[in-house]
Amino acid sequence: MHDENKKGRSFADIIRFILQEMKPRGKFLTPFNVISIVVIIAGVIILTVRFIYGLGSVSNLNQEYPWGLWKGFNVITGVAFAGGAYVLTFVVYVMGVEKYHSIVRVTVLNGLLAYIFYAGALILDLGRPWNIINPIIGNDFGYNSVLFLVAWHFMLYMIAEFIEFSPVAAEWLNLEKAKKVLQMLTLGAVIFGITLSSLHQSGLGALFLMAKSKIHPLWYTEFIPLLFLVSSIFAGISMVIFEGTISHRVFREQIGPDGKSSFDQIVFGLAKGAAIAMFVYYFFKLLVFIHEHHWQHIHGFWGFWYLFEIIGLVLVPCFLFAYGARHRIIGVIRIAAILTLIGIIVNRLNISMIAYNWNVVDRYYPSWMEYVVSFTVIFAEIWVFRWIVTRMPVYEKHTKPAMA
Amino acid sequence: MNRRGFLKLAGTVGATLAAKKAKARDNDDEKEEFVGVLTDTTRCIGCRTCEVACAEAHGLPVPDVQNDGALEAERRTSDTQWTVVNRYETDEGDVFVKKQCMHCWQPGCTAACLTNAMYKTHAGPVIWRSDKCMGCRYCMISCPFEIPKFEYDSWNPKIHKCNMCWERLQEGQKPACVDACPTDALMFGRKRELMEVARVRIYNHPQKYVHQVYGEHEVGGTGWLYLSSVPFEQLGFRTDLGTTPYPDYTREFLYAVPVVLFAVPAFLLGLRFLSENEEELEEGESHA
Ligand code: SF4
Ligand code: SF4
Repeated sequence: MHDENKKGRSFADIIRFILQEMKPRGKFLTPFNVISIVVIIAGVIILTVRFIYGLGSVSNLNQEYPWGLWKGFNVITGVAFAGGAYVLTFVVYVMGVEKYHSIVRVTVLNGLLAYIFYAGALILDLGRPWNIINPIIGNDFGYNSVLFLVAWHFMLYMIAEFIEFSPVAAEWLNLEKAKKVLQMLTLGAVIFGITLSSLHQSGLGALFLMAKSKIHPLWYTEFIPLLFLVSSIFAGISMVIFEGTISHRVFREQIGPDGKSSFDQIVFGLAKGAAIAMFVYYFFKLLVFIHEHHWQHIHGFWGFWYLFEIIGLVLVPCFLFAYGARHRIIGVIRIAAILTLIGIIVNRLNISMIAYNWNVVDRYYPSWMEYVVSFTVIFAEIWVFRWIVTRMPVYEKHTKPAMA
Repeated sequence: MNRRGFLKLAGTVGATLAAKKAKARDNDDEKEEFVGVLTDTTRCIGCRTCEVACAEAHGLPVPDVQNDGALEAERRTSDTQWTVVNRYETDEGDVFVKKQCMHCWQPGCTAACLTNAMYKTHAGPVIWRSDKCMGCRYCMISCPFEIPKFEYDSWNPKIHKCNMCWERLQEGQKPACVDACPTDALMFGRKRELMEVARVRIYNHPQKYVHQVYGEHEVGGTGWLYLSSVPFEQLGFRTDLGTTPYPDYTREFLYAVPVVLFAVPAFLLGLRFLSENEEELEEGESHA
C-alpha cells in the first residue's frame, strides 16, 4: 500500500494525513457517544481486573460452564452475524448479480471488523492468551481439533477480507497504483474467503459435536455444522438489512438519495434470499427432528423453549420475509430481520450456554461485568466502523479521493 | 482409495498434517500397550488415603480426611483435587467410588486441544502440558466425564486433572494412589492384564459383582476400569455415553475439510465463468 506515488507524496505525508484524520468529526456529545464511552471505560477497567485476578474475578464462568457470554455471544453469534460478507461477495463476484454491488463494500467492512473484534473477544476469554501463538507457530499443531481449524480459518479469513476491503483504503489514501494491484487480488480473496467461511461457519457448530453428553437432545444433532452454515446465511442477510436500515439514517450524507431508493430494492431481494435460506434451514431442522425422534423430548420447559425458537424465531420471520418481499412492504421485512437476529442469538446461546449442561443445578448466568465487556466489544467496533465510513469511500460509488 | 490414503495425497496443509498425525498415532500403538488402573469398588473402604497421596504427589492442598466430612455430599474433582472419593447409598449398603480422569483410549480432550497441550502419551496416561496450553477450555467442553478443571482465580491459570502420575511412571513407579491404597482396591497394569484380572474376579464371585467392567467399552474404552457390586448408575456413573470414541464425532467433519478446500474454490470459479458477466468484475471494480 505504501508505494511511492508519482505525485510525489511521501510516506510521511500519508502518516500525517492519517493522524490528522484520527481527530473526531462532528458533534461529540451525542447520546450514543456518551453511553458508549461510559461502557467502554467500564469495560476496560473490568478487563484490567480480569487480567490481574483471573477470569473468575469478573465472570460467573465455572467448571460446569467453561464457555459463557463472551464465547457464546460475541464469538459464536457475532461470527454468524458477519456471514453477510461471504453471502454478498458470492452473489456479486461469483454469480455476477450487479444489483447488490453498491452494498458490498460496507458489508465487507462490517465483516472484517466483526472478525477483528470478535476474534479479539476470543482472546479476552483465553486463560493464557500469550500462548495463542502456539497453534500458529506449531507448538503444537492440534490438527485433529476443530478449534484449531476454526482458529486458522478466522485468521486467514481476516486476511482475505482485508484484501477485499483494501482497495477502498487505497482509494482513500489516493494510492491509485496500489489500488489497481489490490483489485486484481479481489477475486482470489473472494473465492478463498467464501471457502473459508463455509468451513468455519460450520466449524463453529462442529465445536459442539463432542459435547454430546451435555447438550439437551433437542439441540444436539450430528448435523449441527450444517445447521450453523445454513443459518449463517440468513443471519448474515438479516444483519445487512438491520445494519443498512440504521446506517441509512445515521450516515445519510455519505449515502445520498440515490443510495436510499436503490437500497430498498436491494432489501426486497435480500428478503427473498433470506426466506429461501430459512426455508431450507427449517426443512433440515424437520428432517433432524424426525430422524432423531425428537418428538419424545417435546414436553416441559425445554420442549416449549425449543418450539418457541423454531416457530417463533424461524418460521414466523421466514413467512414475514416472504410476505414482505412479495408485497413490497419494507416495515415487515425489518421486523422479520430483527426476529431472525434474535432467533440466531437464542439458537447460538442455547447450544453454547442455555441447553448446554441443561440438567445442572447451579446454572450459569452471566455477571453484569460480562455484559459490560460484551457491549464494550460491540461499541468499540461501532466506533471504528463509524470512523471508517465517515472517511473512506465505503458508501459512495464515485468519489473524489479524500486526500488530494 | 480409502480416506486416509486420500488425506495423504491431498496437498493442503490441513490434509498433510492430519495424515501425519494419523501415522504418528499408528506407530504409537505398535510401540506399547496402554497402561491403566483397575478400581474394585467392593474393596474400597472410603479412607481417602489415595486423595492424600495424590495431593502430596502433585503439590495440591492435602485434605484433612479425618475431620472435613467430605463424604457427606457427592463431590467432583476440582482445580485443587485431582481425585475424590464419594460415598453412595445403594441396595448393597454404602459403596465408595474413587473418581478421576478415565484416561480414555481416544480422549475427547486431546482431540479438542488445538495445541496438543492435552496429550495422550504413548504409554497411555493423558497429560497436560503447561507450556502449550492457551486456556481456551475446549477440553472441558469435550470431555465426556467433565474432568479437566480450570483455575478461574489466577492470572496464569492451569488446567487440572489426574495424569496417572506420569512423572512417577517414567521413573518406573506406580501411581501414588495405587501405592497408597491399604486395601488393594486399586491395581496398576496394562489394560489387557487388568481386564483379565477383572474377569477372573467376576468369574470367581458371580454373586458379588455386576457382570460389567466400566471402562471396557465406554467411549471407546478407557484406561481406568471399575468393578462394582451394584449397577453403575447407582454409583454416579454415566451409562448413557455409548461406546463411540469421542473424537469420532468430529472426524467426519474434519475429513470433509480438505475436500471442501479443493472442491469449493473450483466450483466457485466454475460458477463465476458460467455467469455471463465475465467482464463485469473488472469493470465494476474499476469504478466501484
Ligand atoms: S476422562 Fe476426560 S480428561 Fe480424562 S482422558 Fe477422557 S476425555 Fe480426557
Ligand atoms: S484449555 Fe489448554 S489443554 Fe484445554 S483445549 Fe485449550 S489449550 Fe488445550
